[in-house]
Amino acid sequence: MTHNPDQPALPGNEDAVNDPHAPVPAEPIDNPGLPAHHWRPTDVDPAAEKRAERQVATLFGIASLMSILFVVAYFAFEVGEDPDTFLGLGASTLFLGLTLGTALLLIGIGAIQWARKLMSDVEMVEHRHPAASSDEDRASAVAALRQGADDSGIARRPLIRNSLLGALALLGLPAIVGLRDLGPAPGNALAHTVWRKGMRIVNDVSGTPIRPEEVEIGQLVNAEPSVFFDADENGEPIMDGHEVLVEKTKAAVILVRMQPRDITPLEERANWGVDGILCYSKICTHVGCPISLWEQQSHHLLCPCHQSTFDLADNGKVIFGPAGHALPQLPMGVDDEGYLIALSDFEEPVGPSYWERGE
Amino acid sequence: MSSIQTNGKTAATATKPSKAGAAATWVDDRVGIAGAAKKNIRKVFPDHWSFMLGEIALWSFVILLLSGVFLTLWFKPSMAEVIYDGSYEQYRGLHMSEAYASTLEISFDVRGGLLMRQIHHWAAQLFIAAMFVHLLRVFFTGAFRKPRELNWVIGSLLLLLGILEGFTGYSLPDDLLSGTGLRIADGIMKSSPVIGTYLSFFLFGGEFPGDVIIPRLYAIHILLLPGLLLALIGAHMMLLVYHKHTQWPGPGRTEQNVVGYPMMPVYAAKAGGFFFIVFGVTALMGALLSINPVWKYGPYNPAEVTAGSQPDWYMGFNEGLMRIMPAWEYEIGGFTLPLSVFLPAALLPVVLLSVVMFYPFIEQWITGDKREHHLLQRPREAPNRTAFMVALMTFYGLLWAAGGNDILAVVFRLDLNQITYFMRVAVVVGPVLAFIIARRWAISLQRHDQEKLLHGYETGVIMRSPDGEYTERHLPISEAEAFTITARDREEVPALTSGEDVNGVPAPTARKDRLRARLQHFWYADNVQKPTRAELEAARHHAQHELEVHAGEEHAADGHQFDGRHDIHGEELRKH
Repeated sequence: MTHNPDQPALPGNEDAVNDPHAPVPAEPIDNPGLPAHHWRPTDVDPAAEKRAERQVATLFGIASLMSILFVVAYFAFEVGEDPDTFLGLGASTLFLGLTLGTALLLIGIGAIQWARKLMSDVEMVEHRHPAASSDEDRASAVAALRQGADDSGIARRPLIRNSLLGALALLGLPAIVGLRDLGPAPGNALAHTVWRKGMRIVNDVSGTPIRPEEVEIGQLVNAEPSVFFDADENGEPIMDGHEVLVEKTKAAVILVRMQPRDITPLEERANWGVDGILCYSKICTHVGCPISLWEQQSHHLLCPCHQSTFDLADNGKVIFGPAGHALPQLPMGVDDEGYLIALSDFEEPVGPSYWERGE
Repeated sequence: MSSIQTNGKTAATATKPSKAGAAATWVDDRVGIAGAAKKNIRKVFPDHWSFMLGEIALWSFVILLLSGVFLTLWFKPSMAEVIYDGSYEQYRGLHMSEAYASTLEISFDVRGGLLMRQIHHWAAQLFIAAMFVHLLRVFFTGAFRKPRELNWVIGSLLLLLGILEGFTGYSLPDDLLSGTGLRIADGIMKSSPVIGTYLSFFLFGGEFPGDVIIPRLYAIHILLLPGLLLALIGAHMMLLVYHKHTQWPGPGRTEQNVVGYPMMPVYAAKAGGFFFIVFGVTALMGALLSINPVWKYGPYNPAEVTAGSQPDWYMGFNEGLMRIMPAWEYEIGGFTLPLSVFLPAALLPVVLLSVVMFYPFIEQWITGDKREHHLLQRPREAPNRTAFMVALMTFYGLLWAAGGNDILAVVFRLDLNQITYFMRVAVVVGPVLAFIIARRWAISLQRHDQEKLLHGYETGVIMRSPDGEYTERHLPISEAEAFTITARDREEVPALTSGEDVNGVPAPTARKDRLRARLQHFWYADNVQKPTRAELEAARHHAQHELEVHAGEEHAADGHQFDGRHDIHGEELRKH
């Protein structure tokens, strides 16, 4: 082939026309070949060329200026406690971004303008080759591989081959077993929470215990077990911050008070409430978002994440959405001092479903 | 290389030995780079706006690396509890993780920190969006066909890794919103049959949220995934260079050549310049558009959530299906199978990704086409392929809308439950309708091409015959356009096979053959094939004849010839 890939494609480029081996034959219309090249104003008019050159250089020049302004803005504007603002925006972020962005943008626009206006726009033709290697190359490669295999004697020495394969396969064990300490086995950790018989149900922000008469009809109170707020004899919290987060994920509850006549408890749950106040897990049984959207009138509790809706007057039954089972209810009573307390832990695992949940 | 004709305007002249030349010689003496360089310095890339989409993805990735390195200098990937004492007054004295506290520090106390955070987040959104659009471009134009199937598979993996990278990054600040996202991810993991709780406990180092997830995600986010992404992007680009870029058909452009501009200097300037443009745009976005203002959400607290919680957009389809799923949860032999979580959140993404990833092989099996293709197809030229992706996009789009069903309900004052019921039906019916419409649409566009080839284009000139009939004047399209339209395969519709030989004995693969033949038939049967040379000539002959018959008959008219305003003489309507 006499074609030089560096040569410009000219009108009537022979290689491009009606190649008999072309998978898509140039039919029913013959390939007219590459269209003639049109000269741009910058190719033929020195004034236009000069103008384009100045244009590009100006863009690059302003970009340099912007970089310098970036440095100025960096030192000029305060951040931190008493930040400078501009039109209500943080001045530092705003001007650093504007100067940096403009500098970058102008470099980009300048380079592309340079390419479009001043670099040659004559299209070139390059030939393609099949992705596959030639038959000779394939044959040589196979021969080389075979020679290599023969030299190693891997086919003749199955003992070595098989013992090596076995050794390599067993290396998978350290790779897998080595990861065992990523975490403890689940055990039945998910089935229990910190709720115990007699533990007070306290306000989730202040940690103060709650009397039934403080909860009004239609009200929802976010609550937690008192153990999160309790201190030991030295005044130190019983649970540290991190442990609290883990336990809170399961133990967070809500208290709601409804008209006792609206509530239709299951038989065994008849005594789980106090004067129309019921206590439910706050953790959605779908994928574990905390549920908090309470519709007083209908007694429905809606999860903001995937809109599972639970009827709290009807034992936390799912009445809409993807949650697979009812919201667990915490058996509740009142202690000697008149504060709300748990009568036991939840009787079923709280939160999202999992394989061993029913065990 | 003496006296060769280059595409430059002046010949390259050898000047006195320069420092650069000496350095190049020094390098080549040691690594022999000239051999590879001579082939690639003037490598030809074809030009089309749609070839830029993948470039946006590539450059956003580079921006992510740069801005990400900046952020690592201050971010503390630790869940240790600290009492906040920084510049953001509202949170002073609050307990929070070091990760969240250091994110606040980057946002409020590091100059350019908030800018970089926002550039990083915007670039991440852009990265994934550009990959999606690039995927659509490659799909709709058939650029995934042989020999590029493997590059398509690599591209699909890049999309998956990009989304995972986005999710892990989104989780790092340990704010309320990202913690809720992790909580949902934990719920999804737990829904897996048998191994669910183990997955969760091993990832979180115990019960959710534990105190190791942030450092672990950090290692995944800044080391593991970027490493894999880099390696795969490298492979993606190497294959691109090896295969040479596809091109649109047109005069002079064939399956055997590639027509375009040389890498050095044109493409280097355009692509390199484009990097700065993408970076510049993300920097301006970072300066002007707030994204993920974590200080508004507060530190993570497993007992709190905000209404209207939304993941980043690329997780929206998953979120949507999770929302509209019926509450399927079954007990099997004492074990719980939460299908309403597992199907949409764990299985669907895997199925969707597999369908996309293996599509080239599926299409190849149906069509039996084993040839190399370097010329792109227009979407209309493969109606079923186009319709398939339109159906997928419809499915994806509906799920996306479903993922914001609470927002839709508030904004349009609709009933949330009814939106959900509607979506349950729509995600099944919508894609089917979309498939049918897109397929017929593509075929009618093929007919339109046929019309143009045989009868010319519509000029907009209305002719009235002496007996009062109005017709529109058609004129032949240019040779170049006609060639471009016809530069496609002539497809053969296979006969339906019974899978039996002449004696009525079914072949061992009869069932498969029948299915394939039926699919092949569906694939091609309704397509409009380009005209043959004879048909084209007959049509042209006819058109020529028409022109000759009516030559001299026409008078341009604007309708005022008969109301006395002016005469038809000197009518210049056609020049307007």
